[in-house]
Amino acid sequence: MDRILRINMGAEGGPKARVEPLGEYAGLGGRGMTSSIISREVPPLCHPLGSENKLVIAPGLLSGTGAAMSGRLSVGCKSPLTGGIKEANSGGQPAQVLGRLGYAAIVLEGSPGGQDLYKIVINKDGVRIEADNSLRMLPNYDLVNRMREQYGDRIACISIGPAGEMKMAAASVACTDPDLRPSRHAGRGGVGAVMGAKGVKVIVLDDTGFKARQPKDLEKFRDANKRFVEGLARHPVTGQALPAYGTNVLTNIINEAGAYPAFNFKGGQFEGASRISGETFAELETKRGAGPTHACHRGCVIRCSGIFNDRDGKFLSKQPEYETVWAHGGHCGIDDPDTIAMLDFLDDNYGLDTIETGVAIGVAMQGGIAKFGDARAAIDLVHEVGRGTPLGRVLGAGAAVAGKVFGVEKVPVVKGQALPAYDPRAVQGIGVTYATSPMGADHTAGYCIATNILKCGGFVDPLKPDGQVDLSRNLQIATAAIDATGMCLFIAFAVLDQPDTFQALLDLLNSFYGLELTADSVAALGKNILTMERDFNSRAGFTKEHDRLPRFFSTDSLSPHNITFMVKNEELDRVFEW
Amino acid sequence: MKVTVKLFASLSRGRFAVGVFEGEATLTVRDILASLKIPEEEASIIFINGRHEDADAALGDGDTLAVFPPVGGG
Ligand code: SF4
Repeated sequence: MDRILRINMGAEGGPKARVEPLGEYAGLGGRGMTSSIISREVPPLCHPLGSENKLVIAPGLLSGTGAAMSGRLSVGCKSPLTGGIKEANSGGQPAQVLGRLGYAAIVLEGSPGGQDLYKIVINKDGVRIEADNSLRMLPNYDLVNRMREQYGDRIACISIGPAGEMKMAAASVACTDPDLRPSRHAGRGGVGAVMGAKGVKVIVLDDTGFKARQPKDLEKFRDANKRFVEGLARHPVTGQALPAYGTNVLTNIINEAGAYPAFNFKGGQFEGASRISGETFAELETKRGAGPTHACHRGCVIRCSGIFNDRDGKFLSKQPEYETVWAHGGHCGIDDPDTIAMLDFLDDNYGLDTIETGVAIGVAMQGGIAKFGDARAAIDLVHEVGRGTPLGRVLGAGAAVAGKVFGVEKVPVVKGQALPAYDPRAVQGIGVTYATSPMGADHTAGYCIATNILKCGGFVDPLKPDGQVDLSRNLQIATAAIDATGMCLFIAFAVLDQPDTFQALLDLLNSFYGLELTADSVAALGKNILTMERDFNSRAGFTKEHDRLPRFFSTDSLSPHNITFMVKNEELDRVFEW
Repeated sequence: MKVTVKLFASLSRGRFAVGVFEGEATLTVRDILASLKIPEEEASIIFINGRHEDADAALGDGDTLAVFPPVGGG
């Protein structure tokens, strides 16, 4: 991973690839790489869909090695949804394959002058860029099937669906799983629209003929990996709960905590929660001949994912994540697992962020476009997005735009990005993260649910404002660092609770690169990334007034705890004081 | 007094999802866990009426107790 592949889509005479040494980007990976390149090279005031924006695709520092859990991919750009810097993270095979192919980043630059749609193929023979207009408006599953017919089973694909081609602000970038399903997505912030603006439909990767990346100290690396895997297996969350139920185990617990935003953030509990819980999905999946334990990439030992079959035992979608089940479920008053799995599939196929799309539909329901609980209408609306009808384009522009168009007052967004599945009034820590993350409202950016609700890494009372700023700060720093390694964020449950597992992670990095990182240097890495991101945003026009939740969270109380968001603005302004 | 008890994820296996307990006015969470043979370390998240509590907490008439094993997601 000692090269950067730059592809100028706007070059004279057609797209041109050039390979460069790492130079000033040496030692960076994942979000560290994407945010460095964006903050240094992209003019903060550029239009996100214009030729000055760049789409950076970067595997993590440990991707493509034998380290467990290391297959996460970072996709960065200036976001068409938020107008700020963006890193969207995805599982799937591409990070490992890209790492083995030797690329620390692919940077798509410029804009093609004409209307052609391109395919980029990267394998042992090098890099080929071809116009292929027969791929136009193909949904992700059909597209990947076409690529499989042409290039065989050993490929991994990074692609956009029709939503990305239409440059919708809710468009995702899809990554294929080990079974070549385009079911893992860099979902947030409209990264798919930027890929669409570059005219790139799909990047096909094949690492046949390449080996796993070799560590500096193989013996130490193997030993660290063994301790790391053992630590993940020992922790009850990463060893048992996540494989058995997946992330949707959260439906019941967030609902019991009174923090489940139902009917567009009207109340903190949803009557239908148990019908769409992780327990219910896992049972259905097993009964229908699939199952709740599946890895999104080879090398994942937690295996939080699963496969959801329809009533006839045919593949319908991957097991929808908790946030998807919430956005298309309780947020819209829908409590039918088959509908939610269908919506998950449609989003993946059209190439849409499930959170942004589901929240936009709930906002539209609030605005009277359909009735809450109308499953048929929700499915039809996603098809409208996929077809690009005028109504579909409004929804595909995300929740903030939908709220404006439909005259809705309560629109749950920060920096234009939809809030996910945890009400910040009943989990005050996550409210701090939503408000202040440079990404816009993003639960993964500093997952305070862990400590506020799940009692991982200690306990901070979710119903009080005290201690939340410190909690969110520490988690945002840790997350930025983990996102640079290529590790799946879910290792955090074990790493937060078990010092020896954290040490094993450090040892993996140290033995691979011949470094001597300590906990302090990891924190410094996280701070450095956040500082670059905030600097980009401030040059793009963001001020501290953008680090706020929508007003209704402070004025309207949430049942059953009858509570508002109580962290003061001056406190929010202290999150990045370190 | 009457208490509603909800068990989630692996804790409901071989037990129940929702049950009603009647007992003394001095019932604690620990008493209920013991009568259900749930080891305390498995009851890692305990809510009474949606608020975090621990095993020492006393229950009142009409309370809802929800118990989760260690779980996580995101
Ligand atoms: S734990 Fe889940 S999200 Fe993380 S790498 Fe494994 S399957 Fe993917």
